[in-house]
Amino acid sequence: MIRKTLFATLILFILPFAVAAVEPDEILDDPVLEARARDISKDLRCVVCQNENIDSSNAGVARDLRLLVRERLIAGDTNQQALDFIQARYGDFVLLKPPFKPSTYALWLAPGVFLLFGIGVSILILSRARTRRPNEALSDSEESAVAELLAQENRSDP
Amino acid sequence: MTRILAALPILVALMVGGFFLWGLNPDRDPNEIPSVLISQQVPEFDLAPVAGMNIPGLARTDLTGNPGPVVVNVFASWCVPCRAEHAVLTRMVERDGVRLMGINYKDKPEEARAWLDDLGNPYERIGSDLNGRAGIEWGISGVPETFIVSGAGTVLYRYVGPVVGPEAEAEFSTALAEARATKAPRT
Repeated sequence: MIRKTLFATLILFILPFAVAAVEPDEILDDPVLEARARDISKDLRCVVCQNENIDSSNAGVARDLRLLVRERLIAGDTNQQALDFIQARYGDFVLLKPPFKPSTYALWLAPGVFLLFGIGVSILILSRARTRRPNEALSDSEESAVAELLAQENRSDP
Repeated sequence: MTRILAALPILVALMVGGFFLWGLNPDRDPNEIPSVLISQQVPEFDLAPVAGMNIPGLARTDLTGNPGPVVVNVFASWCVPCRAEHAVLTRMVERDGVRLMGINYKDKPEEARAWLDDLGNPYERIGSDLNGRAGIEWGISGVPETFIVSGAGTVLYRYVGPVVGPEAEAEFSTALAEARATKAPRT
């Protein structure tokens, strides 16, 4: 019983995440176009509630953009063309996945650079730790030096 | 080699510290969206006048080929900060001789008329953007927003939010003075 209640509560908690802001009057009759519109909407950032995509945002501008995306698709745009159309007006900022271009190289490449850097430093430290391990046996020259010292000691001893 | 390795933690700390210094700067607004419109031509749009008003509508062609810079303000009667901004805009028009154009964003014509009757109309032209489509062309995220457009029709400056308060007004008039100084060879 308790388990069932817990499960139901969990489902209720998950529910809000599954609900999109798309209103019935926005939905297109053509299910294929509608699915494409939903896909595009998930890649577009709402400029009011930033960090929310327009598919799940209730802001007025987000609704306008959803309608605009659908309009572009009906006009025969490809997904990319519809995205470009909105990007031309709101800039790279509306794309939740930033484009790969000179001004974003640092953004895209920094994680890889940091990873390589970390790996490099680790290898360096580990290899040095290995070579620095103290030698168990003395070298020949050290051996002879020790012998000489000992001999001197014996001699100075009365 | 050992020295370089010893300096590494300091280097990393400096990098992270520098990033914090940049990120924690109180003047930085992380919600600020860079506008793609700056130094671009005015977008294509053509808006009818507010129904029942004796003021002409606004289109792209009204913003190209002017002798000096004009100010384009996006407003609505339902927008509370616009009411505060209205006084500032009126003062700019009356005192500084600013040419002010309006885009009435998603507003009912009768409500826009009542609002302007009540507060006075500082706008030379007002386009009625009933469905917000022109707003999208301008890349606005809300109202009010104010743009400075050069005489030739290039967007020079954008202010998001109401131009109210000494700081905002100073920033705006600086931008306007700059726009006037670099007016155009055509004048």
